[in-house]
Amino acid sequence: MTLTLDGVRYRYAGAARPALGEVSLELAAGEVVGVVGASESGKTTLCLVASGLAPRTVGGTLSGRLLLDGTDVAPLPIHALAGRIGIVFSSPATQLTGVTGTVYEEVAFGPMNLGLPRPEVIARTESALAALGIESLAGRDPALLSGGQQQLVSICGLLALRPAHLVLDEPTAQLDPAGTRLVADALSRLAAEGASILVAEQKTDLLALLCRRVVALDAGRVALAGPARSVLGDPSLDALGVSPPAPIRLARLAAGAGLPPAAARRLNEALAS
Amino acid sequence: MTLAAASTACAIVVGGIVGPLLLVGGAVILPAAAARILPRLLRTALLLSLPIAISVLVVNLFFYPAGEEVLFAIGPVRATAEGLGFGLETLARIGAISGAITLFYLTTSPGELVIDLERRGVSPRVAFVANASVQTVPAMVERAAAITAAQRARGLDTEGSVLKRLRGVLPLAGPVLLGAIAEIEERTMALEARGFTRPGRRTLLWHPPDSGRQALARWLLVAAVPLLVAARAAGLLSALA
Repeated sequence: MTLTLDGVRYRYAGAARPALGEVSLELAAGEVVGVVGASESGKTTLCLVASGLAPRTVGGTLSGRLLLDGTDVAPLPIHALAGRIGIVFSSPATQLTGVTGTVYEEVAFGPMNLGLPRPEVIARTESALAALGIESLAGRDPALLSGGQQQLVSICGLLALRPAHLVLDEPTAQLDPAGTRLVADALSRLAAEGASILVAEQKTDLLALLCRRVVALDAGRVALAGPARSVLGDPSLDALGVSPPAPIRLARLAAGAGLPPAAARRLNEALAS
Repeated sequence: MTLAAASTACAIVVGGIVGPLLLVGGAVILPAAAARILPRLLRTALLLSLPIAISVLVVNLFFYPAGEEVLFAIGPVRATAEGLGFGLETLARIGAISGAITLFYLTTSPGELVIDLERRGVSPRVAFVANASVQTVPAMVERAAAITAAQRARGLDTEGSVLKRLRGVLPLAGPVLLGAIAEIEERTMALEARGFTRPGRRTLLWHPPDSGRQALARWLLVAAVPLLVAARAAGLLSALA
């Protein structure tokens, strides 16, 4: 189960320059890859292309290929991708259908669309609600939830589809630390079950926790790519508009203040624990 | 929904004043009282129909083309008995129609309506659009309120005379509409990603209860419309005029 972007180049309709230029990326089964970058670096566009939504629903011009499990998805209609690849955006308000009366129905919306047997829809819905610990919200009206709760419901809706590949565009932007932790745990479990996951995030601490590899984008191109530890610790990350994880910032501050590296390391470990 | 549609059709077919008033009593007031929503229904129906009712009455009273029997005159404008009669007939119809629509609005959950329509074979897309249209209104109102608050915080004055208020509304219209359009694009993508455009039937988790009596009542209501049309054509409804 692999998700492959092969030399992808994408330009929005009417745009002067491409939003993405020659990006190649491969996510293996069970691998979580993080995407970082400043605003307008191309993170959201990469998510749209990787999920198959661009150019299908967004318009624009795409060159290069998106492959799911080795198959080029260009000839497939968008509904054929639902259930195979799922996407979550940062704004919960637009991801909720707006037509369901309860969180339960909202989470069940995707599996219902797939025409799955009723017991399967129920099983998936309840399992997704349990995965994010929001069973208590099942009977509530999604429109009356807080932004963070709505985002958890959106992610739940994605989990209920059980896609083999997940693309998440700043999924925890509206979540508190507890909600962020729940999402991280759910994603880790999905990865352990074999899903490939692409996460664009500003919260580098979350990426350090989740990702095996990280890609840093700058003006639509890959500026840094490699193991999470090495990319998130790269001194040039700040210049790309990305704040490194807290332990790395702390280590740098400690070094700047003249603390011996061993003491800085112990401080880090104490903070992490 | 059947009651609202049948009442509307009957109000148009029956004509006269007594017929639509009987409809208001039997198909609107009684069910609303049984559902304990009569005060809300009267308030909402009045709010909905009052502006059009006043204009219909005034226009017909003073400008009915075939009016001959003058009741009174204001300058060159004459109020006629024929105009008053036609205006009252139209008012009775408007009352029956707005009452039936308000009863439908106040007693029917959009979600349940959509599920039921879908169960009866209506395309999920049609059902979704119908439901989303209803649900969009409060969302737009909320968005407009948020944008108004933000604009006021930046010094936009929306208080004072009508002209001043109108001038204040213009800077709000753009953000409200453009924001809504931008949201539609992202919502479309989210729906596509969740398989909404997949051909074939969706799985429905539940449907509203529908007893044999309810079904019978619906068929009787549907049957009443052609019967009334036939009765009207045969001149049997002249007593209700």
